Amino acid sequence: MDAVLESIPAYLTGFRVTLYLTVVSGALSLVLGTVLAAFRVSPLRSLRTIAAALVEAGRNTPLTLVFVFFVFILPGMGIVLPLGTLPAVIALTVYTSAFVCEAVRSGINAVGVGQAEAARAIGLGTVSTLWLVVLPQALRSVVPPLINVLIALTKNTSVAAGFAVVELTATGRGLARDYPADVVAVLLGVALFYLLITIPAGAVAGWVERRVVFTR
Amino acid sequence: MSRSVLYDEPGPRTLRNERIASAVVALALLTALAYLLAGMAGRGLFDDRWTVFTDPPKGQDAVDVWKSLGRGLRATLLAAAVAAPVALLLAFALAALRAAGPRWLGRPLTVLIEFLRGMPVLLMMFFGLLALGLSAFSAVVFGLVLYNAAILAEILRAGLAALPRGQVEAGTAIGLTRGQTLALIQFPQVIRLMLPSLISQFVVLLKDSSLGFIVGYPELLRTMQLNYSFFGDRYRFPLFVVVLVVYLTVNITLSRLAEYVQRRTSRAR
Repeated sequence: MDAVLESIPAYLTGFRVTLYLTVVSGALSLVLGTVLAAFRVSPLRSLRTIAAALVEAGRNTPLTLVFVFFVFILPGMGIVLPLGTLPAVIALTVYTSAFVCEAVRSGINAVGVGQAEAARAIGLGTVSTLWLVVLPQALRSVVPPLINVLIALTKNTSVAAGFAVVELTATGRGLARDYPADVVAVLLGVALFYLLITIPAGAVAGWVERRVVFTR
Repeated sequence: MSRSVLYDEPGPRTLRNERIASAVVALALLTALAYLLAGMAGRGLFDDRWTVFTDPPKGQDAVDVWKSLGRGLRATLLAAAVAAPVALLLAFALAALRAAGPRWLGRPLTVLIEFLRGMPVLLMMFFGLLALGLSAFSAVVFGLVLYNAAILAEILRAGLAALPRGQVEAGTAIGLTRGQTLALIQFPQVIRLMLPSLISQFVVLLKDSSLGFIVGYPELLRTMQLNYSFFGDRYRFPLFVVVLVVYLTVNITLSRLAEYVQRRTSRAR
């Protein structure tokens, strides 16, 4: 137990890096994923095809392989990224965007065609139809799966531990080496910090989900 | 994609404009791709380094390279193949205990499942490796089993909740015990209902087995790295491309299977 208490500063440093990776790549992948989703529902076939191919590739590639690409392969192609968190942020963003895109797209598709037809029938134009009828409903069904994607992202930041980023999991590995007698307690301490992010986020997702069902 | 919530059914003129715009975008994308490939070719990425697969340097045989990659793929598939059934069995046990076990067990089980679901798989693998002193293979399987058992248990619980109440009542009415009702009436239907989700989770499990790379299990990625450390860094790119293609092929096949099953089961109702 002393080992855990003594290591609280180390935990906090690792936690900060994990939080940084989560927030930055989360924000970036929300943007990139929404753009991809816009491509996927656009009227232009070529945009739809390219976005679908990118998303399919992203969803079926292991995150570790994405990391390997940005850390080990890309430098050989003449693009050398600075060491540190940048390759991790890029890898996490690329990987997570595919899942954000799927969540947003299914949210848009979840709005019944009848809704838009009704809006047009009462004389709303394209912009009003989107702004007043389709998007509010789509947004609502998008939020819970998006939160789940972000929870998965939080857990996925741990992969950076294998690529020279000292976040929570890497901190835990280092502490386990320093306190060989308290490995279980030290790693449970790491687990606690992950739960600090994932459990409240999960509770929010559940709450939003219940609200959405209630208002329908 | 004929009807969309987002925009009206296009008329002939819009349709023509859309085709033109689509062609322009396609052309722009292809030009960008051509530039990219030309740039890569300029760095020699498509030169004789690809001979590593036909006539590798350092007196090695092409068969050796393919064999070592094959061993890596086998190690990846082995970890997934051992972990998946164990995780599924454990998930059934958890779901059954939650649905029909003693009442006092419900809350601790929920806490346990939530705890495992909120944890990175990699951390569990490190736990197996460092705290339990498991071998790299066992640590990978340990992490995959614990994490996926919790996720699969949640999928099964959602399936149980989706069944009509009458199913349990009918089981009770014909004198089955709670356990028999689960095994004979509920689970068979839940499996059919949730099969697509279960298969997608197996894709996730297979992808997560690549975390073995980090805990020192010689799976496909690690074999790739061993190969390019041996042959030299210029062979990184071809080896990476082959490994990427292998992963995409295996995973997309599984994902397609899930979609096919989903279409079949949704048509059946």
